[in-house]
Order: sequence, then structure tokens, then C-alpha cells
Amino acid sequence: MTTKATDGAIANRQVSAGSTKNRRQDVSTGKWLLISAVVLYLGLVIFIPAINVFSQAFKGGVSEFIAAISSRNFRSAITLTVIMAIIAVPLNTIFGLCAARAIAHKQFRGRTLLLSIIDLPFSISPVVAGLMLILLYGRNGWFGPILEGNNIKIIFALPGMILATIFVTLPFVAREVLPALEEIGTSQEEAARTLGATDWQTFWRVTLPSIRWSLLYGMILTNARAMGEFGAIVVVSGNIGGKTQTLPLYVEEAHIQYQTQSAYAAATVLAGLAVVTLILKTLLEYRTAIKSSD
Amino acid sequence: MLGLPMAALVLKASTLELPEIWAIATNPVALSAYDVTFVTALWAVAINGIAGIAIAWVLVRYEFPGRRILDAAIDLPFALPTAVAGLTLSTIYSDVGWLGSLLAPFGIRVSFTRLGVAVAMIFISLPFVVRTVQPVLQDLEQEVEEAAWMLGATPWQTFWRVVLPPLVPAILTGVALGFSRAVGEYGSIVIIAGNLPFQDLIAPVLIFQRLEQFDYAGATVIGTVLLLVSLLVLLVINILQAWGRKYDN
Repeated sequence: MTTKATDGAIANRQVSAGSTKNRRQDVSTGKWLLISAVVLYLGLVIFIPAINVFSQAFKGGVSEFIAAISSRNFRSAITLTVIMAIIAVPLNTIFGLCAARAIAHKQFRGRTLLLSIIDLPFSISPVVAGLMLILLYGRNGWFGPILEGNNIKIIFALPGMILATIFVTLPFVAREVLPALEEIGTSQEEAARTLGATDWQTFWRVTLPSIRWSLLYGMILTNARAMGEFGAIVVVSGNIGGKTQTLPLYVEEAHIQYQTQSAYAAATVLAGLAVVTLILKTLLEYRTAIKSSD
Repeated sequence: MLGLPMAALVLKASTLELPEIWAIATNPVALSAYDVTFVTALWAVAINGIAGIAIAWVLVRYEFPGRRILDAAIDLPFALPTAVAGLTLSTIYSDVGWLGSLLAPFGIRVSFTRLGVAVAMIFISLPFVVRTVQPVLQDLEQEVEEAAWMLGATPWQTFWRVVLPPLVPAILTGVALGFSRAVGEYGSIVIIAGNLPFQDLIAPVLIFQRLEQFDYAGATVIGTVLLLVSLLVLLVINILQAWGRKYDN
């Protein structure tokens, strides 16, 4: 009773100070309420699904997990997935660098249009992308008769899958490198050139070192998407187990055939890839933040 | 790489007679698929629009344990292959799953329904609004809010009149990017939905089904409709970004 009365007296005497304090308390309560709401939302949408992947994969113990990942179709799927990345990442890195260099520091008519065109694979549904490739290279497609005449198979075979992968991952490197190029400006490159460096030397010694983190980030994103693409690949590959089935397609087929253990074993490998991608991304951002605060 | 495939799609569509195109594009199954795709995507991005503002605010303005982990986790939907997302969401929300079993007593079913489509779309479109709003919020000067507060504005007024207006272009850009992603999504939805016409069949899955039946004309026309919507959204995004840049100056 006495403490309460004293508290009240103090509060009454310091009305102005008290109202500020209350307000601050309101802000602090609001802050923690908002943080809790955000944590709850992200928990439902992101963390629970992510934890579920690992929990389901090891539900039957490690031995069942190992049995699931040593099947023939699984190994073929993982090989194919790695092939997709090995081909698509370097090609799109080169394309992205060239495209970004061609666009950076230049103002010309249709620049925004060109940027939008490079971004198209992000807006187009992967299924529509696959459909386009079928209409182009399929049996009844534009190049169908020529390809068939020369016994070249693109659709329902590896080349089609590679084309689809390159299509959906096209913008990543260009999108990451372009802002970095714009930010470093042209003065250093011009200085190098004035001092007699060739274009090639300027690129390797001046440009590349200053955009390397953005470039790496773009390559990581390209890799993640190349290994994880589903929609475009499922349309052009024909999804033949052991032949044209990448890891994401393997996950879906195992799930449909009620081989939950196999589905989750493959899903864990892909989720592991996603976690590595996120860790690398966070590290790269951390590096860039240190660099810019120097 | 880009031009040729698009030309193939549009030219294939143009080999058909106009009435035929119209009949395929507006057949009842297709109309219901557009409805499921576009309306559900709108709901998903609206929810993520509001959640995205709150998430960006919490990540930029507050310091608390675990903030870095939350920030990194936002990008999971970009990094996680969509087949994995569909698999885990359909398990969690099935009648015996972690969350589905909590909803089942109330008669709410998520997996194999339109609600499942919405859940998958919410998952894959989550990062967009957060990532577009975050940098703008970071650059916003807090002095302006303090000034509003000093002049007697309530926190609510400060938010509506001072904080929100400069964020609007970024929010809408994020919503449009998320919408375009949600509309085109295939992998996660084909797994979590039942893919039944007039119930939870989305347009990309319909295209795939038409291709499986070797109905190239059907696939092409519906594909062209989706392509046109993508181009329209892309145009809107460009306009929004130009608007955002005007705000900067």
C-alpha cells in the first residue's frame, strides 16, 4: 500500500516527466509486440516449413536416409542437377558481365527497355518459358524438322534442359553487377587506360576486383536457381527417372508415388544447398558493409 | 536466347484463327484457372504487402537478439527450390501435419484446396516487399518523424502522414514483383494443390496439362495470356520505379 501511494505521489509530482516515460514505455511495448508478430509470421511461413524438411528426412533414422540417397535414380538426378549448374553458371556469368558492361555508364534510347528485356525471365512463368522452347525445338516446332533430319534431340533430352536452365537464370549476374559497375564510376578505368593499359588489363586489374563481391553474389544466385529450377525443366525434360530427371523433379515424383522418405532425402540435399546459399549471401553482404563503412 | 522463344510463342498463337483463340482463351476451365491464379495471387501479395512493411520496419528500426538470422532467413523462398517448398508445405498443412492437424478440427483444409495455393504463393512472394522497402526505410531520416512527434502528431498520424508516403512506390513495386512471381509459380503449387479444374487449378498447371495431352494450340493460347499479363506487370513495375526515383530527387 505504502509503496503504491508513494509511487502515485511521485508520479503526480512529475507529471511531465511521467508522460514522457509512459510514452517511451508505449513505444517499447509496441516494439516488442511488433517483433513478436513478425517472428510469429516468419515462424509460420518460413521456419516451420524449413525445420520440417530436415525433421522428416531423418524421421526414419540415418540409415534410412542413406538408403534413400544411394538409389540409382537419386544419383543420376544429382549428377544431372550438378551438370545444369556447371554449364549454366559460367555461361550466364560471361553473359551477365558483358551485358552489364555494355549498359553501365551509358545513356541511350531504349536503355530501360533493354533492362526490362534482360529481366523478362524473372517475370515469365517458367512453364511458359518451357513451352516456348518446345514450340521452337520440339517435333512440331520451328527447328523440329531440321533437328530431326540431323538426328539431334533437344526436347526431352539434356540440351533442352540446359537451354531452359540458362533461360530462367539469365538475369541474375547482370542484375547484381550492373549497380556495382555504376557505383564505382569510370574514373579508375579511364586512369588505367590513360596509363597505357589495354582493355583486357583494365578489366582484369581494375574493374573485376572492385565488382568481385557483386559478381560472386550473382553467381551464387544463378547456381541456386539452376540447381532448383522445376517448372521450366519439367516441361522440356519429359521427366524420365534415371535419364532426364533432376533433383527437384525427383522430389516431386517420389512424393507422388508416396515414397515420402526418398522425397524428403532429396529435399534435404536441396534445402542444404539453400542454407549454404543464404550463409554465403549473408557473409558477402557483411563484407560489402565493412568495405563501404571504411 | 530471349527473342527467338518469345517469337515462337507469339507466331504459333497467330497461326490460329481469332475466334478459335478467343474460344480457347475463354473456355470455362481456363477462365476458372485465371480466377484461381490471379485472385489468389492478389490475396497473397496483399497479405505479404502488410506483413512486409512490418518485417522491414522491425529489421531496420529495432535492435534485438536474432535480428541477423531473421534478416538472412527472409531470402529462403528465393534460395529454396520450389519443389522442396511445395513438399514441406503440403506435409505441414495436411490433415495430420504440424499445422494442418490444428486447423482440421475447425473444418479448414489447406492441402489440396485453394487455400493451399494461397499458402504456397505467400511463401514464394514473401521476400519481395521486404527487400524493396528495406533500403528506402534505411535512407529515411528519422529527424522528420521526431519533428512530427514534437509538433504533436500521434504515432498513428506520424506513420500515415510521414513514414508511409515515401515508402509507397517501394511497397507497390514489391507487391507487383511478388504478384508476377506468384502468378507464374508452378513447382510448389502443383505439389500442394489438387490441380482440379474449377477448384484449385492454376493457369501454369493448365498449360502443363494441355502439353501433356499434346494440345499445343491450347497450351500456346493460355501461355500467351500469361505472357501478356507478365509484360503488363513488368510495365507497371517500370512505371513504379520511375515514380520511386522521382521521390528520391
